[in-house]
Amino acid sequence: MSQVKSASILDTHILVPAIGAAFTKLDPRTLARNPVMFVVATVSVLTTVLFTRDLLTGRGDLGFSFQINLWLWFTVLFANFAEAVAEGRGKAQADSLRRARSETQAKLLAANSTTDYRMVPGASLKVGDLVLVEAGDIIPSDGEVVEGIASVNEAAITGESAPVIRESGGDRSAVTGGTQVLSDWIRVRITAAAGSTFLDRMISLVEGAERQKTPNEIALNILLAGMTLIFVLATATIPSFATYAGGAIPVIVLVALFVTLIPTTIGALLSAIGIAGMDRLVRFNVLAMSGRAVEAAGDVDTLLLDKTGTITLGNRQATALTPVRGVTERALADAAQLASLADETPEGRSIVVLAKEKYGIRGRDMASLKATFVPFTAQTRMSGVDLEGAQIRKGAVDAVLAYVGNTISSEVVRELQAIAEEIARAGGTPLAVARDGQLLGVIHLKDIVKGGIRERFAELRRMGIRTVMITGDNPMTAAAIAAEAGVDDFLAQATPENKLQLIREEQAKGKLVAMCGDGTNDAPALAQADVGVAMNTGTVAAREAGNMVDLDSDPTKLIEIVEIGKQLLMTRGALTTFSIANDIAKYFAIIPAMFLAFYPQLGVLNIMGLSTPQSAILSAIIFNALIIIALIPLSLRGVKYRAVGAGALLSRNLLIYGLGGIIVPFIGIKAIDVAVTALGLV
Amino acid sequence: MTLFGWLQILLFCGIVVALVKPLGGYMTRVFAGERTFLSPLLVPIERGLYALAGTSEREEQRWTAYAFAMLAFNLAGLLLLYALQRLQGALPLNPAGMTAVGPELSFNTAISFVANTNWQNYGGESTMSYLTQMAGLTVQNFVSAATGMAIAVALIRAFAGSSSGRALGNFWVDMTRATLYVLLPVCIVLTLAYVALGVPQTFGPYVEATTLEGARQTIALGPVASQLAIKMLGTNGGGFFNANSAHPFENPDAISNMIQMVSIFAIGAAFTNVFGRTVGNQRQGWTILAAMGLLFVAGVAITYWAEASGNSLMHAFGLQGGNMEGKETRFGIALSSLFAVVTTAASCGAVNAMHGSFTALGGLIPLLNMQLGEVIVGGVGAGFYGIILFIVVAVFVAGLMVGRTPEYLGKKIEAKEMKMAVLAILCLPLAMLVFTAISSVMPSAVASIGTAGPHGFSEILYAYTSAAANNGSAFGGLTGNTPWYNVTLGLGMLMGRFLVIIPALAIAGSLIAKKTVPASAGTFPTDGPLFVGLLVGTILIVGGLTFFPALALGPVVEHLAMLAGQTF
Repeated sequence: MSQVKSASILDTHILVPAIGAAFTKLDPRTLARNPVMFVVATVSVLTTVLFTRDLLTGRGDLGFSFQINLWLWFTVLFANFAEAVAEGRGKAQADSLRRARSETQAKLLAANSTTDYRMVPGASLKVGDLVLVEAGDIIPSDGEVVEGIASVNEAAITGESAPVIRESGGDRSAVTGGTQVLSDWIRVRITAAAGSTFLDRMISLVEGAERQKTPNEIALNILLAGMTLIFVLATATIPSFATYAGGAIPVIVLVALFVTLIPTTIGALLSAIGIAGMDRLVRFNVLAMSGRAVEAAGDVDTLLLDKTGTITLGNRQATALTPVRGVTERALADAAQLASLADETPEGRSIVVLAKEKYGIRGRDMASLKATFVPFTAQTRMSGVDLEGAQIRKGAVDAVLAYVGNTISSEVVRELQAIAEEIARAGGTPLAVARDGQLLGVIHLKDIVKGGIRERFAELRRMGIRTVMITGDNPMTAAAIAAEAGVDDFLAQATPENKLQLIREEQAKGKLVAMCGDGTNDAPALAQADVGVAMNTGTVAAREAGNMVDLDSDPTKLIEIVEIGKQLLMTRGALTTFSIANDIAKYFAIIPAMFLAFYPQLGVLNIMGLSTPQSAILSAIIFNALIIIALIPLSLRGVKYRAVGAGALLSRNLLIYGLGGIIVPFIGIKAIDVAVTALGLV
Repeated sequence: MTLFGWLQILLFCGIVVALVKPLGGYMTRVFAGERTFLSPLLVPIERGLYALAGTSEREEQRWTAYAFAMLAFNLAGLLLLYALQRLQGALPLNPAGMTAVGPELSFNTAISFVANTNWQNYGGESTMSYLTQMAGLTVQNFVSAATGMAIAVALIRAFAGSSSGRALGNFWVDMTRATLYVLLPVCIVLTLAYVALGVPQTFGPYVEATTLEGARQTIALGPVASQLAIKMLGTNGGGFFNANSAHPFENPDAISNMIQMVSIFAIGAAFTNVFGRTVGNQRQGWTILAAMGLLFVAGVAITYWAEASGNSLMHAFGLQGGNMEGKETRFGIALSSLFAVVTTAASCGAVNAMHGSFTALGGLIPLLNMQLGEVIVGGVGAGFYGIILFIVVAVFVAGLMVGRTPEYLGKKIEAKEMKMAVLAILCLPLAMLVFTAISSVMPSAVASIGTAGPHGFSEILYAYTSAAANNGSAFGGLTGNTPWYNVTLGLGMLMGRFLVIIPALAIAGSLIAKKTVPASAGTFPTDGPLFVGLLVGTILIVGGLTFFPALALGPVVEHLAMLAGQTF
């Protein structure tokens, strides 16, 4: 999370354009996307027509109905404003991305040639074209490196200015259009046509242009539309009831009651909540390819996490030295240190550190020892040092045993193997050390579990999420690390096949699975997972298969993604509850005011003691409009998620948004009534 | 209110709760097709019936086939009952020589009994022949109750398991089992009990008696006890006599009164246990029953308090004490209040006192009980699928607040379920409020009311509420036997019955195909006090808000006027 960009909610760059957008969004085609606000706009048109008629004929209480009309329109505008503010935050990001997409020239390679090229506009490239990108060039479109290696500045996409290496073959072959090659050259096969590149998709995603309603949002909209219909019935039948009682109710009052009763608060903020949820991910540098994926993140039951880099630090460290019988620990430490002096790997350095800290062996100069370093190769699987008359080697146990050959007694071999097995059982990696054909002992390399990760897993467990560690280690080692890290389960000796198998098994049990991956062989599992987060450093195949892309390529972010998903759903639920609970106070404000003329007894229901029927109705409608504005920050920020278990979370939120939703409007409407009366508005 | 009154109420609650587990266990086995102590006797009959009907218990239906079978069966019942009424003059078992029932009234009555409502725009003893009562009305009392039970069972299956074939069971089998194993045996026992308590059961003609003043009086008799048993157990409510369970032959004493009230609630309450057992966690059932119980006890307390407090206008005349108008002295205020709340909480509609004579607040509770959709225990089966609709809404909104997409018992609640739940919940205010609104401004309809002012409005509101909720109790005062009321009340009953059943089955059809998501610490618990509070809150807010204006203009203003000393 190196770059959580803090965009203040009260940023004038966002607020000022949003005011304009609030008016342009009055377009009926835009409004029709939101059933509740469309209904409010429709009745506002109706009352405006009636007001105009009364204005021309000079009938009725014009001042009062003007104000009601005004606040009805404010209700619609405030809803539009909320959506515009949410969109505005994405737009700012989209603009900076668009600058990166500026027109580029590409060096299109001629067929069957590796050097001949002609300059063409980047936008004219087709999938399959081969281009040459040299130092200083902008990569013209998404592609795969087919030859060469280069350092690339991907700041345009990730905001991270440190260059990354892109090379042909392997898992780092994907390049993104709009990024810049800093050194060397690469030949790239184009994989995306103009207009459908990763950058294009990113722009439309952060802008919300392609925003589709998510499944849960659709279901919620059905509920809100249903509640609106119920209140149509509840208010449209009132005039007949009043006629029976010998009274009449002005249309403007009925409309005021109707609009305050229907769930305008959540109706107004629903799309803002959705956009803000996506935006929150974007600010975590995660791109969700669909809103559905964000919702699914909230539902995740099982989290598959790669061991290396997520659960453990990438590097193992030497933590202990165990000599075989007849060798002193110090002699072993001395040999191990000599073998590692020139070893620049983190493991090698950790051995030097251990020798110094535990055995007080200081660093020595290789040159003065006339030592030559023997580097690690995949064939020997050993590294070491050749001194004058002495050879020291360290490496995998079987490799070292092969190196010493059968010159030593089987007893020593058995002892060494026993030590190595002990270390493996504890989750470590044994490295054997030999000097001049003699086995000295074993270095214990240990996977270091990241600090605080155990607590994170405990937190996830409280959230009801099971964590499964994925590792290529053998089951024994995996079990030890799993126990130390506190994960719920592990998959050892993982292969792409058994990873996919594991996901399918979990899903068959009805669980939703989240995972992250970067390699091409992760693609099937990423596609199968309900939430598949592809690392931006990964291959094209992986990025296509996942439904989210993490621009920082930080696998621990899965945990935050789940929290953001939950936060999105919680915010929706909380504001819906609040919106519905508000209705009680509104009834107590409007019903006595409405019927006072013919049933003065109902004045008892005016428990807020609102000063006049008109001020009561006006206050209710003002409260109804202002609460939208007041809740914009909450809907953009989201309700805070706490990993305390569902029961505790529910009672907490019910107390705040349910009970609060009942109480707040009583206070708010009363306060507005006092102000309205003091200002003499009615 | 008296201690003795509350003890009677407590005794009632105690008996109902005590019956939940044994009856629930028995019904669970019956609907699962397992062996029960009645199996040796009934299995051959059951097999015979299936053979006759050309179906088999192995033949499973999807929700559409299930719904189609239910609709076809109910339509056939409707036509048969209509024909019986129209032709009763020419048919046997008619010692009192009843003539054909009019077309609108026959329409209304046919719907009324098929829809488990038993709204009666007629007096039984002066309109219906013994044949119509027995072969028409009583038969529908059984099968309309069995229909409700079948729907509830299908919905329970949808929550309990998942079927790749999307099959919910077989409507014919579920209905047959409900009738054969549950309703019939219990009714036989109850009939014998009622006969022992003095309820008539005879095919003999009405008795002519000479009163002490020398006047001649016809005393109506008939096969009362058998109809009484199913009228209560099947939450039908249609009285053999016009005075219903206030009539001494239909409810002779406090013991018969208690048996009647308990039998109204018995099956409905047991369904929560059937649910709990079938989904594998009885606490889930108890939680639903607790929410129902909370609303019920609150309702009883308000009605009992209002009735015991009496009418302040009467007190001004020196008439102390509670409101005894329209109540039988052998039941008194406590048992009349309890009966009124029980009969409207469930969709029974039998009465042992005149609800229209209750105080304004005492009458508000029965009205509200029905407007909430009769989910407080509710009609047999109907109450259960009714409360499931509220649970769907409650879980949908609150479930989001734990940060997961909503689910209930591991089944995801999505757009389809929401659409159906909203449809079902919407049809009640549609029928109740729209018809009331039209009737309250239509001079011919207003002419039917018996009292001026808000009470008259309550009479109309109560009629449509009772019809759409499939309750069948009347507020009294309103002359319902007019073409307008016969037809619109009939439509209200149809809407309130089938526009709820079909969406409920559609939900079942959608849920059965879904995988069950295993519960974790992240899924919010749907058993326990928190869920009880949530469910009660949802029912009161969603149900209550819809009817707030109507109630304000009816019982609420009537009550406030009474306090202010105003009459209409």
